[in-house]
Amino acid sequence: MHSETRLILGGLTTLAVATAALVVLPYITIADSAPAPGLEPYTPTELRGREQYIQHGCVYCHSQQPRARAFAPDAKRGWGRATVAGDYAYDDPPLLGTMRTGPDLMNIGARQPSDQWHLGHLFQPRAYVPGSIMPAYPFLFDVRDRADEGETIVALPPGTVPDGKVVVARPAALDLVAYLKSLDRSYPALAADQ
Amino acid sequence: MSPLAILMSAFILSIVGLGFFIWSQRAHLTDPSTEGSEVIFAAGEIGTPEEPAGPSSTTRSAADVDDAELLARARADASTAPLVFFFYCCALVWLLVASAAGLTASIKLHAPDWLTAEAWLSFGRIRTVHLNAVAYGWAPMAGLGTALFVIPRLLKTELVGGRYALLGAALWNAALVAGLGSLAYGVSDGLEWLEIPWQIDLLFVAGGALIGLPLILTLRRRQVAHLYVSVWYMGCALFWFPVLFLVANFPDLHHGVEQATMNWWFGHNVLGLFYTPLALASIYYFLPKVIGRPIQSYNLSLLGFWGLAFFYGQVGGHHLIGGPVPGWMVTLSIVQSMMMILPVAAFTANQHLTLKGNLGALRHSPTLRFMCLGGLMYTASSVQGSFEALRSMNAITHFTHYTVAHAHLGLYGFVSLVFFGAMYFVIPRITGRDWPWPRMISAHFWLASIGIAIYFVSLTIGGWLQGRAMLDESRGFMESVLLTLPYLKARSVGGAMMALGHVIFAAHFIRLLTARGASRRAQPASPFATAAEGI
Repeated sequence: MHSETRLILGGLTTLAVATAALVVLPYITIADSAPAPGLEPYTPTELRGREQYIQHGCVYCHSQQPRARAFAPDAKRGWGRATVAGDYAYDDPPLLGTMRTGPDLMNIGARQPSDQWHLGHLFQPRAYVPGSIMPAYPFLFDVRDRADEGETIVALPPGTVPDGKVVVARPAALDLVAYLKSLDRSYPALAADQ
Repeated sequence: MSPLAILMSAFILSIVGLGFFIWSQRAHLTDPSTEGSEVIFAAGEIGTPEEPAGPSSTTRSAADVDDAELLARARADASTAPLVFFFYCCALVWLLVASAAGLTASIKLHAPDWLTAEAWLSFGRIRTVHLNAVAYGWAPMAGLGTALFVIPRLLKTELVGGRYALLGAALWNAALVAGLGSLAYGVSDGLEWLEIPWQIDLLFVAGGALIGLPLILTLRRRQVAHLYVSVWYMGCALFWFPVLFLVANFPDLHHGVEQATMNWWFGHNVLGLFYTPLALASIYYFLPKVIGRPIQSYNLSLLGFWGLAFFYGQVGGHHLIGGPVPGWMVTLSIVQSMMMILPVAAFTANQHLTLKGNLGALRHSPTLRFMCLGGLMYTASSVQGSFEALRSMNAITHFTHYTVAHAHLGLYGFVSLVFFGAMYFVIPRITGRDWPWPRMISAHFWLASIGIAIYFVSLTIGGWLQGRAMLDESRGFMESVLLTLPYLKARSVGGAMMALGHVIFAAHFIRLLTARGASRRAQPASPFATAAEGI
């Protein structure tokens, strides 16, 4: 090859083809999918919790995209129906994930609606799920002698913290749990004519 | 017209177009080795290996080599030396940071209550620090440093505007320090490979542009008519990366699940159109140089290059198989993933034919050892990736540690090993010093290759079993977690060996710099010594 112009133009053309297929066409067709009927926008608390989900890297072990029944038994595990673009209308960015070191969380709010379970599980996953390899998040909580008024005390299985100590959830933990509980796409995916 | 028919006709049209394009640039088909592949040698130099990392007896100078050309090469080396030295120092620092972060993350997966008090040490953050330190630290610093060394040699001219690249590298590294700091602190854009906040990305853009500038300036000053294969790869990589990075990080441009398709368009292309071409360019330069014989087939390298340029860009959608994205896009990516076998086969055949009869050089050349193993891993990881994209296989491997093993086969087994080999070649040339302890190079090589072997084999098996367990609804989810534990522990062992190899590499480099005059290389080609003294 003798011409750098032909080299670079050729290279940029092949990249343009790829960009058209994987970025531009999806941009035109699905970037502004209407919210699925039945999907509610996040509350400010839930959005703050979503920031916690992102900054602690939950997405590296948990997907948010149950697959179709023909493909994998995700629905039979209770993870919910296969998702559609409209399920992510309020997700910026969508947190689809690439790993299932832990279970899919697209419908964790429907599957496990208990605040106390979530808080305790974040404080020490192995107190709830023996053998779990999920990290513990003690830095989202305070372990003290007693709680102040208005604070949320986490009821833990006996032996998780020393006797006489209480575990108090910090606001970040409460936000995160609010977000987890909002993960509920159990409404039907599409109307019949779609 | 159905989407499938549109897709099929677009596919056939583009393949025909690509075929014509490659045909238009072919050399004489009957001529196995053309002048195009001989530009890396001086007149009369073919048959003379150059291996600065090997015992000095292997780098002999032939009496009839054109001295003027060797002098020009020495001048080209001298013009890049301080700059490449800076890039390599940064690369080594990020290699050590990334190794420490990666090993920590690996141990945490089987010891989840280890180091839980600090948020920045939690798995989700330290894993992200690991990925970004490799993706924006080690790999680009080593790859771009090597490109800056190789390109003036290939164009037979001195580097023009090196100080821009130095400023650019400083900005780039400042951006990376800020980026890793913000990830550890908990500020992230939330997309894999694109976590660093877009405000910091502006610094990367400025730094990257300044690094690319001298390469364009040098290209305009070239003294050769023929652009060698390595220039194609390096030149295009330097144009591809800015496009990828700018489009992907542009704030508030991408919405909804389109962000996911863009995410994997970027995520796979930064591998396929940035690290891969930089590493392949290194193989295409150093491998023939070390054995002293031009690459076998110019036409095969043409096919390999344009095939990669065309097919690789479109494979990213295979990360979203089964996801909430358009089916035609996923199908397109699967087809192009399989088509990648073509350029990979072209590269593999070319490498094999070039090496044939020269394998003896492996015994004394550390560069060649790293390059050959790296090249083999390119073939292995690419073919594995093609099959992993098939729906039947992907149903098992997606969402499992199998994918992690595959990613490390590519980015470590292939890209990192090739960069190690390049650095062992280049560092004696830019410092004018010999590697003081050749046994340390062997130790690094064996730790790295046995380490990645343990890493890859254990995670591949563990990930496969994990995927099988998740597809069987009669087995509880926890079963798929518990069965991976022995394999995750084995991965930590492999990872620790790799990290130890990197520590040895860095220590050896420091020793090379601090060793007193005795290790000063007696230059085989006397013009080089003269030019190098003048730095």
